Amino acid sequence: MIYFDNSATTKILPEVLDTYVQVSNNYWGNPSSLHGLGEEAFNLLNQSRQQIANLLKVRANEIIFTSGGSEGDNWIVKGVAMQKQRFGKHIITSSIEHPAIYNAMHQLEQNGFEVTYLPVTNEGLVSISALKKAIRKDTILVSIMAVNNEIGTIQPLEEITNVLKQYPSIIFHVDAVQALGKGLEKRIFGNDRVDFASFSGHKFHAPRGTGFIYKRSGKKICPLINGGGQEQNLRSGTENVPGIASMAKALRILLSNEEEYNQREHKVLNVILNHINKFKNVRTFYKNEKNHVPTILCFAILGVRGETIVHAFEEYGIYISTTSACSSKKGMPASTLKAMKIPDEISNCAVRISLNGFNTVEEAEEFNNVFDKLYDRFKKIN
Amino acid sequence: MKYSEIMVRYGELSTKGRNRKSFIDRLGNNVRNVLNDYNVEVKANHDRMHIILHDEDAKEIMNKLSNIFGIENYSPVVKVNLNIDDLKKVVLNLFKEIYHSKISFKVDTKRSNHNFEYDTYDLNKLIGETLLNNFDDVCVKMKNPDVTLALDVRNDGIYVSLNKYTGAWGLPVGTSGKALMMISGGIDSPVAAYLAMKRGVKVEMIHFYSPPYTSELALNKTKDLVVKLTKYCGPITFIEVPFTKIQEEIKNKVPSGYLMTIQRRAMLRIADIIAHKRKDLAIFTGESLGQVASQTLESMVAINDVTKLPVLRPLISMDKNEIIAIAKNIDTYGLSILPYEDCCTIFTPPSPKTKPNLLKSREFEKLVDFDKLCEEAVNNIKLTKISNNDKYIDNKINEFNSLL
Repeated sequence: MIYFDNSATTKILPEVLDTYVQVSNNYWGNPSSLHGLGEEAFNLLNQSRQQIANLLKVRANEIIFTSGGSEGDNWIVKGVAMQKQRFGKHIITSSIEHPAIYNAMHQLEQNGFEVTYLPVTNEGLVSISALKKAIRKDTILVSIMAVNNEIGTIQPLEEITNVLKQYPSIIFHVDAVQALGKGLEKRIFGNDRVDFASFSGHKFHAPRGTGFIYKRSGKKICPLINGGGQEQNLRSGTENVPGIASMAKALRILLSNEEEYNQREHKVLNVILNHINKFKNVRTFYKNEKNHVPTILCFAILGVRGETIVHAFEEYGIYISTTSACSSKKGMPASTLKAMKIPDEISNCAVRISLNGFNTVEEAEEFNNVFDKLYDRFKKIN
Repeated sequence: MKYSEIMVRYGELSTKGRNRKSFIDRLGNNVRNVLNDYNVEVKANHDRMHIILHDEDAKEIMNKLSNIFGIENYSPVVKVNLNIDDLKKVVLNLFKEIYHSKISFKVDTKRSNHNFEYDTYDLNKLIGETLLNNFDDVCVKMKNPDVTLALDVRNDGIYVSLNKYTGAWGLPVGTSGKALMMISGGIDSPVAAYLAMKRGVKVEMIHFYSPPYTSELALNKTKDLVVKLTKYCGPITFIEVPFTKIQEEIKNKVPSGYLMTIQRRAMLRIADIIAHKRKDLAIFTGESLGQVASQTLESMVAINDVTKLPVLRPLISMDKNEIIAIAKNIDTYGLSILPYEDCCTIFTPPSPKTKPNLLKSREFEKLVDFDKLCEEAVNNIKLTKISNNDKYIDNKINEFNSLL
């Protein structure tokens, strides 16, 4: 089996699973309980939080645990909107965000907020001039993703940051679900302008149902989930200690091997990219290394629908996806490609390969072999 | 630079006249206690103490020394062969580490080895010249120089020292006798204990434990606080007094306004009995005037009534902020503020009398059979020797690290 669908989800690492099992067996107390079992779980929770904070070079109280990326995105968009609505009801986002962002935006629109969706360049990068024009007096929030989940472009965070530095009262949220382990941590946390960022554990070999947000110290947000007052009274619910501890471990493994993984990912990606670029009917959506993560490659074989390509590869035990797992079952064309003004007849044929740090050049070569066979086969039906 | 010994200069105790020798002996023993784990030799001479390092790390040893009371200051010393060129080389290296422009110095040579080719005067002059020739913008100053370069020419070599580090001052722990310290687990009592030790008192800790009203965690936290204090004096005796029954009796029989006063009287009564048994000369507390209801002058009158021993309160005139500053300094603050119920916070009536009446206190006390209860408590105390490497609240940090 060759698994090239790591932007959908990753396989949990055995040592991460091991932590999950051990913590579930040995430290299953409720961190809020007064007794020793609770105390232990509380200490483990805090040590996990501290480790994540240290790895990202932020403060422990700036890390708040959630159930994953969608929760983080929804919470920050709606929570900031609620928190800041008396200052204005205008929000800016991009037209290539994950559904967790844009559907949350739609809900806010139905509740009296106004949302501007920034266009992107034909390369898939948010337009800075459009951002400058969109900012108004009543703008309270700008939410832009760090890495696009469908085609893998890295958004121009520095330029956005520079624009927003002139508007310190606007909250800046970065959906960083696809960004960890891509050498981007410094660009997200290394400036003093990003106020919120959302993360998901299962994108970096941690279990499902884990995630966290980064909330800059002093920034305020309305809770979405009220209850027992956990997580600084901002996100109630009994803490998922096994999930959190194993996520802390997964993050340590990811970030301490980041360079090695990235190098390998680049190599693997280039083996595929260089190969499929030779074919006449192939379109790849990958311009340059600088604006692109090495883990995501989106391409189309003209005249063959994306689903067909996915299933054809599956017959050979290779798992890829149409552009994003969240929209693939609905048969919608990739919204990012649409926003890039790619015609439907091309975007309908798009598929996505997404890698992780453990994929190998051998796997890429095997992929290329299968690609050749399939390309010949599809030529016959075209 | 590899140091061969650390030279320790005594503080206030050098003024202690005929007691001087016993003070120095005590300091020597205290230093030996604290450096027990190291292969060093401690020579407590009448004018200075020499700690021969035998290859141990000077920084580590100095770190430990910085907490020992009775030390004015100390210097790491380099041993050089009886050779003027080697001496110059070492002096230049040492001086380089502290050099800044406009620095003033003097060379202070002692010579017990009269066979060495240069005498005291020669050495002062030669080494002074070497420094003046090799560094810009330095001058010699006999009175109050910035640094004093001390040379000690002995039969086995020349001992050179330059840097001087400030010690902890105070008096060697034990030279002022032994006393009982009432410790609760809050911010104040560890600070009071530290100040008592600083004036040379050897303290034994007494703690009142009321399970299930206070948790074992609170007890262990208090013990961990004591661990933090051992770096000033070596192992400390911790006396745990079972207090539940007395508290329940008091709560049951005494009017609520006097609960706190009577409870405090009970604690002090027990402390008094234990102090006499263990030959403690005084009782120390962490009280600070006016901080809480039990710490008004009226309360102190009503509570102090039960003992004839001196009740000493090092924090009496300190502000909370001053106390916190010391607590942070001695690294007890973080532990102190952990949110566990301690024996003071439970059984606190909603509105305790801030001005309890002494005669009324005596009357209310008669409602409880104190003699019997206190005796019972004293018979059931638990003693623990708490040392430097002990750990009572197990945060399992290492175990968790292996999981993470």
